[in-house]
Amino acid sequence: MFDDISALTLARAQFAFTVSFHFIFPAFSIGLASYLAVLEALWLKTGKEVYLNLFKYWLKIFALAFAMGVVSGITMSYQFGTNWSVFSDKAGPVIGPLMAYEVMTAFFLEAGFLGVMLFGMNRVGPKLHFMATLAVAIGTFISAFWILSANSWMQTPQGFVMNAAGQFEPADWMAIIFNPSFPYRLVHTVLGAYLTTALAVGAVGAWHLLKDKGNAGARVMFNMAMGMIAVAAPIQIFAGDMHGLNTLEHQPAKVMAMEGHFQSHPDGAPLILFGIPDEKAATVHAAVSIPKASSLILKHDPNAPLAGLDTVPRENWPVVSIVFWSFRIMVGLGMLMLALGAVSLLARARSKLYDWRWLHRFALVMGPSGFVAVLAGLVTTEVGRQPFTVYGLLRTSESAAPLDAPAVAASLLAFVVVYFVVFSAGAGYILKLMSHPPHPGERGLDEAPDHPVRTAGITPAPGIPVHRTSEGDAS
Amino acid sequence: MTLDLPSVWAFVIAFAVFAYVVMDGFDLGIGILFPTFKPGRERDSAMNSVAPVWDGNETWLVLGGGGLMAAFPLAYAIVLPALYAPIIAMLLALIFRGVAFEFRWRDPAHRPFWDLAFTGGSVIGAFAQGVALGALLQGISVEGRQYAGGWWDWLTPFSLLTGVSLVVGYGLLGATWLVMKTEGDMQSHARRMSGWLGAGTIVLIAAVSAATPFLKGAYYENWFAWPSVLLTAQVPLMVLIGAVLFFRSLRKGHERWPFLLALALFLLSFVGLGISMFPYVVPGAVTIWDAAAPDISLMFMLVGAVVLIPIILAYTGYAYWVFRGKVGEEGYH
Repeated sequence: MFDDISALTLARAQFAFTVSFHFIFPAFSIGLASYLAVLEALWLKTGKEVYLNLFKYWLKIFALAFAMGVVSGITMSYQFGTNWSVFSDKAGPVIGPLMAYEVMTAFFLEAGFLGVMLFGMNRVGPKLHFMATLAVAIGTFISAFWILSANSWMQTPQGFVMNAAGQFEPADWMAIIFNPSFPYRLVHTVLGAYLTTALAVGAVGAWHLLKDKGNAGARVMFNMAMGMIAVAAPIQIFAGDMHGLNTLEHQPAKVMAMEGHFQSHPDGAPLILFGIPDEKAATVHAAVSIPKASSLILKHDPNAPLAGLDTVPRENWPVVSIVFWSFRIMVGLGMLMLALGAVSLLARARSKLYDWRWLHRFALVMGPSGFVAVLAGLVTTEVGRQPFTVYGLLRTSESAAPLDAPAVAASLLAFVVVYFVVFSAGAGYILKLMSHPPHPGERGLDEAPDHPVRTAGITPAPGIPVHRTSEGDAS
Repeated sequence: MTLDLPSVWAFVIAFAVFAYVVMDGFDLGIGILFPTFKPGRERDSAMNSVAPVWDGNETWLVLGGGGLMAAFPLAYAIVLPALYAPIIAMLLALIFRGVAFEFRWRDPAHRPFWDLAFTGGSVIGAFAQGVALGALLQGISVEGRQYAGGWWDWLTPFSLLTGVSLVVGYGLLGATWLVMKTEGDMQSHARRMSGWLGAGTIVLIAAVSAATPFLKGAYYENWFAWPSVLLTAQVPLMVLIGAVLFFRSLRKGHERWPFLLALALFLLSFVGLGISMFPYVVPGAVTIWDAAAPDISLMFMLVGAVVLIPIILAYTGYAYWVFRGKVGEEGYH
């Protein structure tokens, strides 16, 4: 019942599944690490208890998200070899060093200081602890830098020669690292991570404001999150537009799929808002479109000609319907984020930020939208890269490991079962933590509940830590 | 003198793998021994003794894997598909075990489940690593630039033996770690476990060592060719000395020496592994020079590794230093 094609399909499904799950966690922890650093800095600067409470509140959530990010990430670093061995052999000399730098500059930094960040406040004192928090936050960013550089190189490869063994051999590292799509992807992805975190934090704040609008912690987190969204959402839309123009230059077929442009439009292409792409018939059914608007956006000229997929050999098309829809989901959510930011500014101007219940409800509903949007963005760009792993040069079908289909089927099934069990439990625990209102005297991870809460700044003698016990600490 | 970059990188990756074994070995070991501790105070202490550092420990595994892909992409491309089942099993096991560190505190009602996940993940993770090692040692069939075997080739009595060996060996590291990090009843318990696991480890090292030279021609040559046998023979001799010292320190009630001597046994086994394998990265098929990435890749990474690895070791040391001393008995009275 299995043949070669299905082994490839299964391997692709496995990679798509594991990378999508993995991506959720860094998308959250990149922003959350920075948010924690800001909270701790505000606490150190102002001495206000509410910042420390919020820090401890979000630290518990961060610990869970980070652990899930780590374990799902280890899987990724081995899956290139287990399932995509030909890709690894050929592209390893380029991609491998970028990932090695990610490990050496980012993963160790994050992991090394995470322990101090989570459990070390009473051992090292607030100043050194803040340095640890900062190290973790910077680590998450450096990690994004390297992995997005590697990812971007697969999208817009340059700076290499082909060697006798059929490998991509690096020729110019600066050209490889700063390949054409990298700066755009880095800005767009990191902003996406910040927005994702802000939306989650905003929703938690909104939830607790709906129950008690006097809750000081909820007010502070809602205020900070709405401020972030109001600033970041418009910048993100602009950055996304720039990223799209860059893609049009280097990967036109991806943009054609995003736009649903099967045909070329010599005198101005329409912007298709909605419709049902039909790849076989090479048309979009029931399209609702604005004439010439696509040319206006992509070429800044309503009458500019835009080529369509009819100029691309069919065997080089990405799956149009997936790219078409994921792109619309991402953009649609982006517009809603923009609206949320704008409404919050209005509320702020009228001093009603903590009073407009419908704003809180709006923010609550938007809580998961960041996660959905970053996943939709991931799908758009990665499915849009198909049918290549290294764009235009190495086909996905020629990248896979020589595995038996039943082996891949078994592992895919195992991944699906384990990920759903483990990560739905984890998501449940995160939601449970979020459902508790932030309150004064919030406990840290190193403070036992049946123990008097130590005032930060008092460093007990080394060797007598206050550790977690399983008798309590359920909150 | 020109620098032979593939040899340098073989050493760097061997170092990363050994650093992984040193650091993650004991925390996997604690997971393996977890059911022998009483629920409540003992288990919490065992968990707390590694909670702040496990994440950094596991990062060495990522460096080992990522480094192999970067420095020896051909080896990575051949070995990982060959070891498909044990590698996937290891990854899934490490997921359960990694999240258990956080989840068990969040969900008292399901704590027994996450404790089981912690133990199961640790045992299977260690076993799968041992099986993978054995499967690599016994040889992998290669055609051109690809793995050419089936998806069950890894499973042999030898690979099962190495799997069991690593579980017992990591158990020993975990037990001796707890001798160092705990006090009272729990320390006595860890000390007893260390004795049994130490004996088991030495027997298994002997069994694996006895079997290895007969797996394929090259191993026999590497170990017994004259006159290099004069040098290689020192390894089993030192294992013997290490074993004697280990039991002596355990009997004398030392707290740090048993852990350090257990690590010494691992280091000697690792040196033995190096003697068996060198200069092959896929035994009998691919040497480190065949598999190496172009010099421009190796050089680019080496610049970073030379600067960064010492820095990493320094702040890892700092993290361990922050959490030095015995683990939290005080929190409970």
